[in-house]
Amino acid sequence: MTIDFSLSREDWSLHRKGYLDQQRHKERVQEAIRKNLPQIIAEESIILADGKKVVKVPIRSLEEYRFRFNPYQGRFAGQGGGNTQKGDVLGREIGEGGVGKGPGAGDQPGVDYFEAEVSLEEIEELFFRDLKLPYLKDRQKHRMSFNDYEFREVRRHGLMGNLDKKRTILENLKRNCLHGLPRIGGIQPEDLRFKTWEDKIKPEVSAVVLAMMDTSGSMGNYEKYIARTFFFWAVRFLRTRYSQVEIVFIAHHTHAREVTEEEFFTKGESGGTRCSSAYRLALDLISQRYPPADYNIYPFHFSDGDNLPSDNETCMELVRELLKVCNIFGYGEIVNPYYRASTLMSALKKINDERLVTVAIKEKSDVYTALRQFFSEKGR
Amino acid sequence: MNRELKELEKAIELIHAQAKEFGLDFFPVHFELCPADVIYTFGAYGMPTRFSHWSFGKAFYKMKLQYDYNLSRIYELVINNNPCYAFLLEGNSLIQNKLVIAHVYGHSDFFKNNYRFSSTHRQMVETMAIHAAKIREYEFKYGFREVEIFLDAALSIQEHIEPPGLASGKAEGDADKEEGAPPPATPYDDLWALDRKEATNDKNERNRKFPRHPQKDVLAFIMKHAVDLEEWQRDILAMLHEEMRYFWPQLETKILNEGWATYWHNRIMRSLDLNEDEAVEFARLHAMILQPGRMQINPYYVGFKILEDIERRWDKPSAEERERYGRAGEEGRQKIFEVRATETDISFLRNYLTKDLVEELDLYLYQKIDKEWVVVEKDWEKVRDGLVDRLVNCGFPYIVVADADYQRRGELYLLHKYEGLELDVPYLEKTLHHVYLLWGRPVHLETVLDGKPAVFSYDGKKNTRR
Repeated sequence: MTIDFSLSREDWSLHRKGYLDQQRHKERVQEAIRKNLPQIIAEESIILADGKKVVKVPIRSLEEYRFRFNPYQGRFAGQGGGNTQKGDVLGREIGEGGVGKGPGAGDQPGVDYFEAEVSLEEIEELFFRDLKLPYLKDRQKHRMSFNDYEFREVRRHGLMGNLDKKRTILENLKRNCLHGLPRIGGIQPEDLRFKTWEDKIKPEVSAVVLAMMDTSGSMGNYEKYIARTFFFWAVRFLRTRYSQVEIVFIAHHTHAREVTEEEFFTKGESGGTRCSSAYRLALDLISQRYPPADYNIYPFHFSDGDNLPSDNETCMELVRELLKVCNIFGYGEIVNPYYRASTLMSALKKINDERLVTVAIKEKSDVYTALRQFFSEKGR
Repeated sequence: MNRELKELEKAIELIHAQAKEFGLDFFPVHFELCPADVIYTFGAYGMPTRFSHWSFGKAFYKMKLQYDYNLSRIYELVINNNPCYAFLLEGNSLIQNKLVIAHVYGHSDFFKNNYRFSSTHRQMVETMAIHAAKIREYEFKYGFREVEIFLDAALSIQEHIEPPGLASGKAEGDADKEEGAPPPATPYDDLWALDRKEATNDKNERNRKFPRHPQKDVLAFIMKHAVDLEEWQRDILAMLHEEMRYFWPQLETKILNEGWATYWHNRIMRSLDLNEDEAVEFARLHAMILQPGRMQINPYYVGFKILEDIERRWDKPSAEERERYGRAGEEGRQKIFEVRATETDISFLRNYLTKDLVEELDLYLYQKIDKEWVVVEKDWEKVRDGLVDRLVNCGFPYIVVADADYQRRGELYLLHKYEGLELDVPYLEKTLHHVYLLWGRPVHLETVLDGKPAVFSYDGKKNTRR
C-alpha cells in the first residue's frame, strides 16, 4: 500500500489572522455605535438594563448586505422528532421592529443582525463627549469645601511611619556606587526619603434634577418610555460632572406631587392636565430643600402638551420664576400624531430667555437630539 | 513525535486502509492537528490561506463564541484540494478524531468523484494564498480603507456568478463575443460597415441591447464592463469570482456530500475493532451529528438517511421494483457510488426523497404567521418540493444583468427572476449602494413586490422606488 497521507502538528501561535480581522470588526462596531448613537441610546436593553454593566445592542449597519430573500416570507423546511402536526408552533417572535429573537440564537432562518456587546461606559464615553453643562454657576465659594489629602511628594524629612523604603534603598545604593561600592547597606540619615502628603481642596458641587412629567390619561407607555430614556441619560451625564446629583420626581395631572421613581414611570392617572401645578411644586421644593446658592438646578418637564388652555398664562408666569433660580429649564414635548396644536409649547415659546429650551420629540431617536440641545455649550 | 501523534497516525493508517477496501477513491490527505481557534479561523474563512476581511473576523468571533459556550463544534474541516487538507482538533478524544478521519475520507472521495467538482481548481490552497498576498499588496499601495470599501462592495454580489461547468460552450464563448461588440480598431472602421448597416435595418441596430442576452454572471459582467474600475479593482473582482466558482459545487452538494461522509464514517467506524467504551462514545457522537434541526434541516442526517434508504432499496428491491425497473437486487453499494458521482442536492432530493422517508424523518414546511413560526405542510410531495425550491441557485435569488446601457445612459439594470419569493427590501436597497460603487453609474433592480413589478434605483445620492 502506498502511503498517501501525512499528519503533522505545527506551531500555530503566529496564526493571528482570525484575531486581527476580529479586531477590525470590533473597530467597525465602535464606528457604527458612534454613528448610531441616537438609536442606540434609546435601546430598551440599555434603559431597562437595571445596572448591568454590559448591554447588547443590535448594530444593523454592520450587516453584510446582499440580495437575499425576505427572511420572514415563504416556507422553510424543518425536521421534527416525530409526529409533528400541521399547526404546531415552532417559535414565537419577541421584541419589536422585526428583530427576530427566536427560541435560541441563530435558530431562525436568515435572521442575521449583529448584536454587539458594549459596556455602558463605552457608550457614555462616546455620547457625553459632546454634551456640555450650560450656564454653570460658580457656587464653590458658598459651598463648604472638604479636605482631602494625597501622597504625592517625597522629602528628606518626615515621620518614620511614612518612610519610603524603596526610594531610601535606591538612594543608599546610589551613594554607595559613588564610592565605588555597588551594594546596599550602611544606610545613613541622608539616604532617608519620606512620603509626604498634600492637602487638597475638592469642591463639592451638587446638582438636582427636577424630573417633572405629565401623568394624565393622554400619556401612554410610549411617552413614558421616552421620558424615562431622557432622564436615564440626563442623570447619568450629570453624575459624571457633579460629585452629587439628586433627582426628584414630580408627577402631575391637575395636581402635582412628589413620587418615587417607580411610581413616576409606571403609574398612570387619568384626568386633565394642569402643568402649573408641577412648576409650583418645583418652586416650593427649591425654596425648601435646594437653595439655589448651593445647587445647580435642572428642571425638565415632559408632557404631550395637552394642557388646559386657561392654565397657560400661569405656566408662563411660573417658568419665568423658575428661570431665575435654575441653570436651564428644559421642556420636552412628545408629539402626539393626533393632536398637533399644542398650546403649552406655543405659550412657552413666547418667553424670551435662551435658558428655556424646548424640544419636540417625535420618535425615540429624538431623545438624543433633545439631550444635545439641553446640554449644549451656552452661556459659557 | 509524541504519543498523541503516534496514536493518531496509527488510526489514520487503519482507517485509510479500511476506506480503500470499501472502494473509496480519494485524494491523498494531509492531516493537521490544530488548536480550536485555528480551526475556527479556517471555518470562518473557508480556507486557511484566504484573504483578510472584517466579515471573516465577525464569522470567526461568532463561531468561537459558540465553541466557548459549547454550543457547536465543527466536526470536521476538509479542503477540496489535491492533496486534501483536513484539520483535527487538539484535545479531542482519540475516538472523536477517528470519526473525523473516517468522515474526511468520505469527503475526499466525494470531491474527487462527484461530477460537479470535476472542473474545480485543485490547487486552490496556493491560489488563495496568492490572492491574499495580492490583496495585501493592494492595501499597502492604495490604502487599507480604500481596499476594504471595495471588498465590502464586491463581496455583496459575489454569489451572482455563472455556476461553473454548467454553461454550454455556446453560452460562455459566444455571449462574450455578442455582448462585447468589440470597439472598432480605428475610429473610421465603422465607415466600412455603413453600407451594410443601411442594407439591414438601422432601427434594429439602434435598439440593439447590451448585453444582448441577460447575463447571470453579474460579478464577471461588472468586472469586464464597468468603465471606471481601476486595474487592481478588476483584479480583486476576478479573484473573488474564481474563489466563488471554487466554492459553488460545495454549496450545491451540501446534503449529498455530508450524507456521503456520514454514511462512510458510520460504515468505517463499525468495521473497526472498537472496545465497549469506544463503541458507546462513537454511538453518542454519531447520534449528536444526526440531531434533527427544527428550523433548518440537518444535511448530515437527511443525506445519510436517503443514502441508506437507496442502498436498502437496491439491495432488496420489492417485487414491484424488480418488475418495473428491472432491479436485480444486491446492487445497493454500486448504486450509491453512482449517486455520489452524478447527483447534486436538488436532483438527489428529487430522485430519492420518498414518501416513506419524508414521514420517517418527520420533515415539514413551516412559515411565519403573525408572530409565530407554524408548521404548515406535511404532505410529502409539497415538503420535498418546498425543500428543493430553497436550494435553487444555492438559495440565492436569481439575478441577471438585463441592460447595461439603460436609458442610453450607461446605467446598470438588474433583473430579479421572481419565482414567488420576494427580496428583502432594506437589504436590497443597501446592496444597491455597493453595486453603484462597483458600476460607477446609477443602478436599478427590478423585482416583484406584492404581485407587482417594482424597480429600485440608486443614483449615488438616494434610493428611489417605482
